[in-house]
Amino acid sequence: MSHPLIKTIGFYALVAVIVVFAVFPFYYAIVTSFSSGTALFQVNYWPKSFNWVNYETVMGNRNFVRSIVNSVFIAGCTVAFALFLAVTAAYALSRVSFRGRGLLLMTILAVSMFPQIAVLAGLFELVRFLGIFNTPWAMILSYTIFTLPFTVWVLTTFMRDLPVEIEEAAIVDGATPWVIVTKVFLPLLWPALVTTGLLAFIGAWNEFLFALTFTSSESMRTVPVAIALLSGASQQEIPWGPIMAASVIVTVPLIVLVLIFQRKIVAGLTAGGVKG
Amino acid sequence: MTDQTLGRASGPSLKQRRQRAAFWFLAPMLIALFFVAAWPLLRTIWFSFTDATLSNLYDAEWIGFDNYLQTRELSSGRVVYRGTLVDPAWWNAVWNTVRFSFVSVFFETIFGLIVALVMNAEFKGRSLVRAAILIPWAIPTIVSAKMWSWMLNDQFGILNDILLNLGLISHRIAWTATPETAMTAVLIVDIWKTTPFMALLILAGLQMVPRDIYEAARIDGIHPVKVFFRVTLPLIKPAVMVAVIFRMLDALRIFDLVYVLTPNSAATKTMSVISRENMIDFDKFAYGAAQSTLLFAIIAVFVSLYIWLGRVDLGGERR
Amino acid sequence: MAKIELKNVTKSYGAVEVIKGIDLDIKKGEFMVFVGPSGCGKSTLLRLISGLEEITTGDMLFDDQRVNNLVPSDRGIAMVFQSYALYPHMKVYDNMAFGMKLAKQDKAAIDKRVRDAARMLQIEHLLDRLPRQLSGGQRQRVAIGRAIVRDPRVFLFDEPLSNLDAALRVATRLEIAKLHETMSDVTMIYVTHDQVEAMTLADRIAVLRDGRLEQLGTPAELYESPNSVFVAGFIGSPKMNFLKGKFAEDKGCATLGARPEHIDIVPEGTGDWSGEVVHAEDLGSDNYLFVEIGADEPLIVRQPGKLAIPQGSKVSLQPQPQHLHRFGADDRPLR
Repeated sequence: MSHPLIKTIGFYALVAVIVVFAVFPFYYAIVTSFSSGTALFQVNYWPKSFNWVNYETVMGNRNFVRSIVNSVFIAGCTVAFALFLAVTAAYALSRVSFRGRGLLLMTILAVSMFPQIAVLAGLFELVRFLGIFNTPWAMILSYTIFTLPFTVWVLTTFMRDLPVEIEEAAIVDGATPWVIVTKVFLPLLWPALVTTGLLAFIGAWNEFLFALTFTSSESMRTVPVAIALLSGASQQEIPWGPIMAASVIVTVPLIVLVLIFQRKIVAGLTAGGVKG
Repeated sequence: MTDQTLGRASGPSLKQRRQRAAFWFLAPMLIALFFVAAWPLLRTIWFSFTDATLSNLYDAEWIGFDNYLQTRELSSGRVVYRGTLVDPAWWNAVWNTVRFSFVSVFFETIFGLIVALVMNAEFKGRSLVRAAILIPWAIPTIVSAKMWSWMLNDQFGILNDILLNLGLISHRIAWTATPETAMTAVLIVDIWKTTPFMALLILAGLQMVPRDIYEAARIDGIHPVKVFFRVTLPLIKPAVMVAVIFRMLDALRIFDLVYVLTPNSAATKTMSVISRENMIDFDKFAYGAAQSTLLFAIIAVFVSLYIWLGRVDLGGERR
Repeated sequence: MAKIELKNVTKSYGAVEVIKGIDLDIKKGEFMVFVGPSGCGKSTLLRLISGLEEITTGDMLFDDQRVNNLVPSDRGIAMVFQSYALYPHMKVYDNMAFGMKLAKQDKAAIDKRVRDAARMLQIEHLLDRLPRQLSGGQRQRVAIGRAIVRDPRVFLFDEPLSNLDAALRVATRLEIAKLHETMSDVTMIYVTHDQVEAMTLADRIAVLRDGRLEQLGTPAELYESPNSVFVAGFIGSPKMNFLKGKFAEDKGCATLGARPEHIDIVPEGTGDWSGEVVHAEDLGSDNYLFVEIGADEPLIVRQPGKLAIPQGSKVSLQPQPQHLHRFGADDRPLR
């Protein structure tokens, strides 16, 4: 057996390595976002200056601001739509026994693991047919393919854990399934709804493939597409400063939300056992 | 009262009413999923058997398996094969995807296990570690791709600077642009971003292991390493397996990271990237549809495997 | 208010038959207790009566009306659950009023009924609280109050005391007995695995075993003339002694039953049985002696008051002949 002190030091060294690896890239993005001019092209481990010029550049770009609005609207609508459909569906899947329930659950899980590229051609046609190409509705429609199965699956696992006797008491009181869902279960499920909604929101906020394919004009882009395609004054020059500023702007709110709800998010992630 | 009660008595029973309600509760979701998943999938498969192009979606003609494999005999008697299945670019993408998936999931599992074990220990600052490892998970993939491509930049990147200072490399490396290192770059970013998710899933499995097992092992004086391999690992194996398969399915469809970090690099181009490229950028819509259909078929095999493996705890009947 | 008839009722889950044909008449205003070991089907039977589960075959009648497929809320029943099953997000008042509100009843009528029930159970001061702010006993009262507000024909209790501690259990048992006196025309059906609750509360007890009705009778009938070894062993505490072999043959039966309180200690050599005291438990009011008389298990003898019989001493025992239970090879009593 080695010396306990060495063991403790070794353990905390491992902890430190993990924390540094996890946090450093984002830290470095923040450092970069506050550098400009020649300072940008020197490697700095510590912030040397606080120069807001990159942020001013990004926020002065009307299309980038527009893309934030687009992303908020799209992710918000997608989540609201998915939750609305998922709450009743999750009740049916978790509380009512009917033939084929297991198969249905498996199908829903399978859909959530669909390669999105496999539906791209068909969705492209559908989006064109509906005349919603290059509008937010194209994204709201297509994001349903991953937000809806995810919310149904997670809410089903949460609802399964609600006590049976409460539902039976409501049945004795004369509650129909609709009343049980809206008046009895929904108030009990608020924490789960917040968690699931937040996870689905992050998923929709981060989506890239559909947003890239279904938009053509700069003003219709979502945040990830805008950042990916952010270009500088000339073709050769990549505007690293503004890109890092934009990255920080769209990431900080997410990180704040995630840290506030971290316990709930971990529960939601593991309940669903679903990808991040 | 009497007549009314008798009248209702012959009506639907509680079970029938609940099943009827369940049907109406499920219908909207099923209709939505039909329109965004089933129908587009079927259309994609259909397109893969046609000569559709972006500008000509509706008048496309059925050409059978030609997008997959087409044989033509030239006048000289030589047989020429065409189609995805003999396209070296496609097989390169398949190889890239498979290589990426196995390597990334392998390292994510190892690192995820280490992080989970650390987080399962009682120590000061545990919540800080959890907060820290949630950060890579919360950062959008595109943003992490951009952050890392800046860090991996050949001239101004901090990674080259660190490695040069440590004397590990003798000259600056263009990580994302050099074919030999492009895949490594993609792997580094993906492992960085996804290890937290893996760690959280494994941690959930670890926390199911009753603490008294460790206490008992300590009282019996069993070496911790032995405890890990003999007790912990077998107990968390189901959780790890589920996490591995989930990640595997996710890795097989990777698109955004490769697309942004190493654009147009043949060394990293995956199945999703090449399908979309053909479909949208090169206006070989049907050809791309055929490639995405093939990717779907591969993933379908994995999903069946997953459902088969995961049936016991995921079926919903057993809980 | 309702008499309930079960006619050859069965319940199956797939291939498993849980209730195997039960005929039972419950009288109007009766307090009926279903008792039996876990898995005997007593809770399932209660749920069949409530309508939460449907009967597979047979008929169920409330006041001569067939209610086989009637949903619970139309049966005129109220149920008190083991876990209380209060709606956690509703105040006590709303918990009690929920059913009437769903039935779209007049607001003033709801208010009157809720307040009357609350007064009756002395929980008026709790009406504005949430369930999580209440103690276990208070929650149980609210659950009962919610049932009272429904103004039911039949009151169903599913092991309502099993989540309470021992002292509260006795107090609440008294409350329920009092409730039955106040609401004397309401039929009450009560499920428990505790035979003491059954004996103290019931007008009649139905002992269930493996989905069948083993015996139906008043507490006294079950105690005095159990019609099987199973019932004899289930009712009474400590458990009835069962003797086989030569002890039973001496009395002309296959199994001989003698309750611990029906065995007297008699002077040396005058009793039917004798043996050594291997263990003694002094409960203060009673003494339980475990006597090894050569049977399969030590014989338990209950003696009232203080009794100084040290462990290891030899005693002679005489069962009271009028209280002996003789069972045949089929476990049925010989009469």
